[in-house]
Amino acid sequence: MNRTIVRTGAALGAMLVALPVMAQDISFWSWRQEDREQYEAIIADFEAEHPDINVTFEAFEAANYNTILSTALSGGTGPDVMMVRAHGAFETVAAGGYLMPLSEETVPGLTALPEPALAAETLRSDGTIYAVPFASQTMLVIYNKALFDQFGIEEPQTWDEMLAAAQTLEDNGVFGFANGTATAWQNETIVSALGSSIIGQDFYQDLMAGDTDFTDPRFVEALSAVQEASQYFPDGFIGLDYASAQQLFASGLAGMFAGGSFEIANFRSQNPEIELGVFASPVAEEGDEHLVGLYFDGGYAGNAATEHPEAVQTFLSYLASTEFGQQFANTLGNVSPIPGVTFEDPLLQEVAELNESSIPYIMLVHFRYQEPSGSVLLQGAVQQMLTGEITPEEAAKQVTEGIATYYEPFQD
Amino acid sequence: MPTLRLTGRGLWITALIVPPLVFMATFVAWPILSALAYAFFDWQGLQRGGFVGLENFYEVLFTEPFATWTRNAFIHNVIVFLVLMVIQNGFGFLLAYALWRELPGARFHRIAVFLPVVLSTVIVGYLWKLFFHPLFGAVNKTLDAVGLDWLSQPWLGQSSTALGALIFVNAWHWVGFPTLIFLAGMQRIPSDILDAARMETESEWVKITQIVWPLVAPSATVVFILLFIGSFNWFELPYIMQGLDGSPFGSTDVLGLYFYRTAFGNQSAGVMDFGRGSALAVITFLFIAVVAAFWTIRLRRREIQL
Repeated sequence: MNRTIVRTGAALGAMLVALPVMAQDISFWSWRQEDREQYEAIIADFEAEHPDINVTFEAFEAANYNTILSTALSGGTGPDVMMVRAHGAFETVAAGGYLMPLSEETVPGLTALPEPALAAETLRSDGTIYAVPFASQTMLVIYNKALFDQFGIEEPQTWDEMLAAAQTLEDNGVFGFANGTATAWQNETIVSALGSSIIGQDFYQDLMAGDTDFTDPRFVEALSAVQEASQYFPDGFIGLDYASAQQLFASGLAGMFAGGSFEIANFRSQNPEIELGVFASPVAEEGDEHLVGLYFDGGYAGNAATEHPEAVQTFLSYLASTEFGQQFANTLGNVSPIPGVTFEDPLLQEVAELNESSIPYIMLVHFRYQEPSGSVLLQGAVQQMLTGEITPEEAAKQVTEGIATYYEPFQD
Repeated sequence: MPTLRLTGRGLWITALIVPPLVFMATFVAWPILSALAYAFFDWQGLQRGGFVGLENFYEVLFTEPFATWTRNAFIHNVIVFLVLMVIQNGFGFLLAYALWRELPGARFHRIAVFLPVVLSTVIVGYLWKLFFHPLFGAVNKTLDAVGLDWLSQPWLGQSSTALGALIFVNAWHWVGFPTLIFLAGMQRIPSDILDAARMETESEWVKITQIVWPLVAPSATVVFILLFIGSFNWFELPYIMQGLDGSPFGSTDVLGLYFYRTAFGNQSAGVMDFGRGSALAVITFLFIAVVAAFWTIRLRRREIQL
């Protein structure tokens, strides 16, 4: 009896010691609980090519993911491979030194990715890339094709055409836009989705060069335009939260939704029948450049302290490959930045084409590194502007003054 | 051998006291003390930097824009406390009195009043968020139906009504709690005192102010102090109904939300600052502890021993 226990124990112990030699187990953390099935299929494909590596997928709640990840990494219990955010939220994790530096040698295919995508996963202080960027999100206008066809509306190009389209929709008993502004971050999205073309490349370049701030007439004009469009938002839209706005659009009660490309999958899952179209933010004058707002969502990073660095690099290289990008685009419905990826879904193909003329989603990309973040300021100011308490000029001034507390180019 | 027996007894006592002491030290005292310690350091995300003394406290209290945010959140907490004191505790007292006097339907109402208290805040928050929906919400629909359509508005989207709406929901949710405590207090009042009072006066007002109110003072102490602590720790309801930002534009921001945003960041601010967050937590904690302690002592003094 006793001997049996000892033998079994010894056998189990030997297996535990031998296991790492037989296969390399790496863990992979994500905040996409809803994508578990697709990720597991992708991992199965990877494991078929690399039988010596086992990847375990674990997903956590999105809202608290950064906190969970940071806590695990600082406690030394972090995963081997993980999804990290981009831009400002990426820095809070990357600055701790927990992530594995990446380069073309360790992750072939990395430098083929577009420059803005890599910039989103680069730590500004050391200029090193720490993650393979995985998706871009585009701020644009999504519309209900069936409603547009029914009321004979063409995809609008100019601002006036869009307002006319909204008027036609209202005349026919549906809301022009489904948007509500009670959920703070929606305000920032709406400004970029509707206003990017009016904000324009020139303003963006001047802003980055430190030659102007948000009180610039080009930015104020975009805010005024949003205010003008809000007359076609649902009644009481200032009290309408994000989820309700999505439902209004998905159920066909509104013709347009100013938002991110991430809404497409959501609308389709809420209403599989819905036929969607997209267009870039309309231009003020015919002939101006049509622009969308663009940012990167996150990337795949390796743990600097992993026990299996080669396995991690092999997996990351796979996540940077066209093969993966193709699957990622087609099964998860995301716009992959990996070059050479084509989209089965014509709508995503269109989004990818619109991405070719874009300006960044400015606050998220450039002003989320310090407190008060540009996003928080813009959201609050636009929310207040849309209740009619302040003018677009005052809103722009609030944003600029808030950022000026730490951002030197705004201080003079 | 009495000394030996005492040692045995002492051992017993030690064995029984040490585990809970260790438990309290690890899970109560240690976190509080470490939060206190965090507040004196500089933080980069979750990386602890150098010792900065009182700088974090100075920043949240006296430098812009943090000072304005702190003041704004604090004022909202004060408003929440004062208004709830009147509508939640005041109404709770009246309800308790009505139930105690066994007005018709008292048995039914005793349960009905307490029922919302049993519901979780998450459920109450979502429920009322739906009721306040600008297009389909029961509140606006009802106002329209009874011809008060000029009153229907986006309650949760306006700075003028959002905080009031949240306070109302909180009162609806919790009014049963002070009612229950007051009712228990009233039921402890000896009937001979009441009989004696009845010989003197017929006036309900005199009975309430001269007899009942002074005699339920111990209940009032409990209810007041709990409301004070609850109001300054208010988090779940505003978080569920208005989000971490205290939407719209900070008009429902309270210290709890502000602390959470500062320490853990939110979707729209990649920045996590444990130093300033801890400083806020410490300030809130000290404020609540000091005021609650002094106020408890004062309230205790006016209680009458039966």
